[in-house]
Amino acid sequence: MAAIKIIAPGGYSTIQDRGRFGFQNMGVPLSGVVDHFAFDVANMLVGNPDNTPVMELTIMGPSIEILKKMDIALTGAKMGITVNKTPVEQWRSLRVNPGDMISMGQVQSGCRAYLAVSGGFDVPEVMGSFSTYAGAKIGGFKGRPIRAKDVLKTGEVPLLKTERVLPQKEVPIYPTHVTLRAVPGPQDDYFDAGIHTLFTSEYMVTAKADRMGYRLMGERIPIREGMPKSIISEPSIPGSIQIPPDEQPIILLVEQTVGGYAKIATIISSDLGRVAQTTPGDMLRFEKIHLETAHSLIYEEKDKLERIKKHFTAQQSKF
Amino acid sequence: MNSKRKERPVYRLAGDTGLSVEFGEAIDPDINKKVRTMAAAVKNRKPDGIIEIIPTYRSLLFIYDPVRIKPKHLMALIEDLESTIDTVGEKDVPLIEIPVCYGGEFGPDMDNVKASSNLDSEEVIRLHSQPEYPIYMVGFTPGFAFLGGLNEKLFTPRLKTPRLVVPAGSVGIANNQTGMYPIDSPGGWQIIGRTPLTLFAPQRKKPFLYKAGDKIKFIPISQDQFEQIKKEENM
Repeated sequence: MAAIKIIAPGGYSTIQDRGRFGFQNMGVPLSGVVDHFAFDVANMLVGNPDNTPVMELTIMGPSIEILKKMDIALTGAKMGITVNKTPVEQWRSLRVNPGDMISMGQVQSGCRAYLAVSGGFDVPEVMGSFSTYAGAKIGGFKGRPIRAKDVLKTGEVPLLKTERVLPQKEVPIYPTHVTLRAVPGPQDDYFDAGIHTLFTSEYMVTAKADRMGYRLMGERIPIREGMPKSIISEPSIPGSIQIPPDEQPIILLVEQTVGGYAKIATIISSDLGRVAQTTPGDMLRFEKIHLETAHSLIYEEKDKLERIKKHFTAQQSKF
Repeated sequence: MNSKRKERPVYRLAGDTGLSVEFGEAIDPDINKKVRTMAAAVKNRKPDGIIEIIPTYRSLLFIYDPVRIKPKHLMALIEDLESTIDTVGEKDVPLIEIPVCYGGEFGPDMDNVKASSNLDSEEVIRLHSQPEYPIYMVGFTPGFAFLGGLNEKLFTPRLKTPRLVVPAGSVGIANNQTGMYPIDSPGGWQIIGRTPLTLFAPQRKKPFLYKAGDKIKFIPISQDQFEQIKKEENM
């Protein structure tokens, strides 16, 4: 049933899940949330199953009117959330009632926040996913970002028996200077001194930063003498650091499929969420790591989420 | 030795979840066939932990879950299959017919192609609808097919200023390539016609009409036929 009425849509708010799998060979990009940790925790906080669709909010949060009793949680970027003008905490469940006005403002740190609601947003499944891909007008709410006056439905589920709060030590911080770990390749052989430049200098996030990619500015990274300036078009994966003819790197994200420029390195999957939380003006550095290290970090990330999940279920059983 | 074909595939790491396998360094039907037959061979084995198999012109990208499969195991599987793929012939390649209404309001850049090729529109249409174009890869937007085999008389450079919106169904030429726009999108291709078919229909049981490896043949139709097919499409 109708659960949320949008009063103001915020910067760029879309319904997303983990993404649309199995159609990248047909030119349909992955889409989905960019910060997986904040997404997973948001769903855990309201007791949703894994991969329930949430709303991804960018830079400026929306203002919404609550139409039914439910639990909500806001994770990710700090957006100064208020319920009926009273400031409340993020990274915890909040019981809300019909008539409540929830307002989220300009980001204070980070870039993207995740709004989870009990039962998840009830939108049609398109090609195996609830994720919005606005480029092709598919998925999510009518294939587009939400607008004022939209009314969104949510699933029907029992509410939490006890509130859930993420322990403070697990709450990420989003600094303005970030070091991202990356594995060289797939086309690291197209570069010589450029590899050293990438891993030793600092790059600024420009205003051209969205779900397709982040354009950076800093020391130029030239293609090695004698190598072609472009490659035969091939797919990219989120985190690819592509070097176009202007020699300024672009971090490709989730709404990209094929490209024709060499990719010097690829940010590891555990650090993609940290890219998602940077905003124009933030400074990035890159640290070269081995594939094996990157894989062990994936296990660590999984263990961390398991630990948090157990914490919530233990909390629940005490009551 | 054939210089365009390498002895062994080249493996490239695409981060901690991607492995790219290159079968050559050219846009070439034989290399592309290797890519696609390897894609099919791996898919057939149903290895655990493979999330996406994305065939392109000359390389094959695997996206994997490193918790379920190690890249060295994936590489071993590919090596294992490699000896089998050259002998696998492509039988019964599907030929997909795409009706196209050329020129007029649907082909605003027909005059550019006529001027660049020094041909009249009848001849442009004849040469464009004659070949069976192989689909080398699909990407860029949902269902956008990269086709090989455009007649070189029709090679026309891109528009100097790309259009902000090219309507879905538009058929165009860019340099040595020809293709169709499955969704409304910005683009700089010279548009010479439009198909009434819905090339990308996310709610349809089969969202796409073709895949990499299939062949495309354009069938010239009149405006009346266009309207008729469009009506049937929307029913």
